[in-house]
Amino acid sequence: MAIIKPKRSTPRLDMTPMVDLAFLLVTFFMLTTKFRPEDPVPVDIPPSSANIPKPLSLTITVSKDARTFIDMDGKFSRQRWAETLSKDFKLNLSDDEIATFSNMGAFGVPMTGLKSLIDMGTAERKAYQQPGIPLDSASGQLSNYLLYAREADPSLRITIKGDRDTDFKTISQVLKIIQDKPNEITRFNLLTTMKAGI
Amino acid sequence: MAEVPQGGGGGGKHKGGKPKGKKSSTHIDMTPMVDLAFLLLTFFMLTTSFSKPKTMEIMMPDKPDPTKPPPVINEHNVMNLIIGPNDRLFYYFGNDDPKSTEPIHVESTNYAADGIQKTLLLPEYKNNKQFMVLIKATPDSKYKNVVNIFDIMRITDSRSYALVDISPKEIELISAQAH
Repeated sequence: MAIIKPKRSTPRLDMTPMVDLAFLLVTFFMLTTKFRPEDPVPVDIPPSSANIPKPLSLTITVSKDARTFIDMDGKFSRQRWAETLSKDFKLNLSDDEIATFSNMGAFGVPMTGLKSLIDMGTAERKAYQQPGIPLDSASGQLSNYLLYAREADPSLRITIKGDRDTDFKTISQVLKIIQDKPNEITRFNLLTTMKAGI
Repeated sequence: MAEVPQGGGGGGKHKGGKPKGKKSSTHIDMTPMVDLAFLLLTFFMLTTSFSKPKTMEIMMPDKPDPTKPPPVINEHNVMNLIIGPNDRLFYYFGNDDPKSTEPIHVESTNYAADGIQKTLLLPEYKNNKQFMVLIKATPDSKYKNVVNIFDIMRITDSRSYALVDISPKEIELISAQAH
């Protein structure tokens, strides 16, 4: 009698569930990475060989067209900041507006424009060309923003985020405001990106 | 769960007695697609850490007390580094006395390794414990140049440097050189 060999079939694995999982993960990361509030203006930071990661800070952004923005890390500190600013400068921010402010990113309007900026929706705010915080010494806007921010959270470092092609004139004005009374900050950080080579 | 239909389709219907031609199976092997998907995923998970911004710590000197006289600095221990527009860089030694009418001999240099970096690493400056660099920038110079100079200070391990205001005399000097 002939020996009948059992038919050998190559083992096949159905890959389709794995593909589903892979695309699910990709979609998840694509959606969750959008939660960080976006910058009102794109800034191209200069390179350097510095290696210290950015600490929790008060970031002063200076764009290429010399507009100044400010941002604070820390939702609860932002809330305290908005509360004290509203009280002392008579901005009349409601609790809802303070809550929206705590979730906002960088902004660049004088204090008088803060309420109307918060009242714009997220989409309108993104499309709006913010004028920047005025740097003249008479209005003292940046100086006051800084003072109240540091009062809300004294542990924050000051970080300056400048565009590589910003004129030094504006940076110099910002540095003067930081070093002058009442802030008198002498230690701060400059935000830089990794340098190719070196 | 998705399913790739096997066979030629229409298998559920009963056809007439006519024999059908052989249909080819549409079985797709998904393995390369899965490999690609995971490769892309891993690639993006790793590359998002590359664009992390770093910071450079700066410490400015405290504002000098206006009642105390400014410290006297020996002429040859001070290098005035002036950052100009269009990536120009100049330096000269000595104090910047606004009253002096002596012409200042200004050297032109650049940001490359053979320029200011080489000059700062010369032993006559490196070994001089009182050597200090005063960094001044014209208002129309670019921020990236100032950051570059701070970076060069770090690289050459220069300890004594400060960012100070530029005088009108120096601005005039640089505009004469640049044109």
